[in-house]
Amino acid sequence: MGFSQTKDQSGVAVLQVEGQLIVGNRQELKDLVQAALDRGERRLLIDFSRTGYIDSSGLGALVSISKRIREAGGELRLSGLNEDLRSLFELTKLDTLFAIADTPQQALASF
Amino acid sequence: MTSPLRLCVRRSPAPDAEGAATLVTLRLPSDISCIEEAVELVTRHCLAGHSATRTIRFRLQVVLSEALANAILRGNQGALDKWVEVRAELRAELIRVHVTDQGPGFDPSAVPEPIRPEQIDEAGGRGLFLIRRLVDAVQFNEQGNSICMILRRH
Repeated sequence: MGFSQTKDQSGVAVLQVEGQLIVGNRQELKDLVQAALDRGERRLLIDFSRTGYIDSSGLGALVSISKRIREAGGELRLSGLNEDLRSLFELTKLDTLFAIADTPQQALASF
Repeated sequence: MTSPLRLCVRRSPAPDAEGAATLVTLRLPSDISCIEEAVELVTRHCLAGHSATRTIRFRLQVVLSEALANAILRGNQGALDKWVEVRAELRAELIRVHVTDQGPGFDPSAVPEPIRPEQIDEAGGRGLFLIRRLVDAVQFNEQGNSICMILRRH
């Protein structure tokens, strides 16, 4: 499991979650987002197209990340949630907190 | 590097009223870096020999991850001299997983629902809620240091 970082041609920082987002690696994602904010990135996309599962610590990390980005005057989008992953956001009502697009392309176009 | 996990799978000696069962047991240290491997091992053994939908696999992975994280961080408070025991009872129709820590236990009825509007942007507090929503039944022992999660295969 891990994270990969790229920058879209329109300047959006894209973080891809590969494998799981759980209690054991959530801090790494938070640190990557903080580093991106420190570099001046203000438009961030977290993509889950290659994610297996997320636990409540991972969901909590996304909530913290969302707050940090908002406080820095930035925007966050999520994409690539399959039906099972999306059900976690719906069960916890977090689908109301995040801007969620079906695909990374749709998310990038929405900035 | 040697894995710290020791997985022991055994078939129960005789069928009981609910039919023959396979038992899968796993003991892991109170180290969150072990959770992913433990989840994969237990999930693989729970689903072996059965056709499982992607959703059943997903739910099992999430609730195992939740229960192990709760046991390690809240139950055992991350104490490295304490262990977490997983005991999965596999039957034709259902999977019954017990996760037990060595902590003092807690009162599950005192855990607030995390989906009230004022709590929606809190970082924590969704673990037990998710478990309750993703499995068919949840039980605790009297002490509150052992959770039993029942997941029907179909």
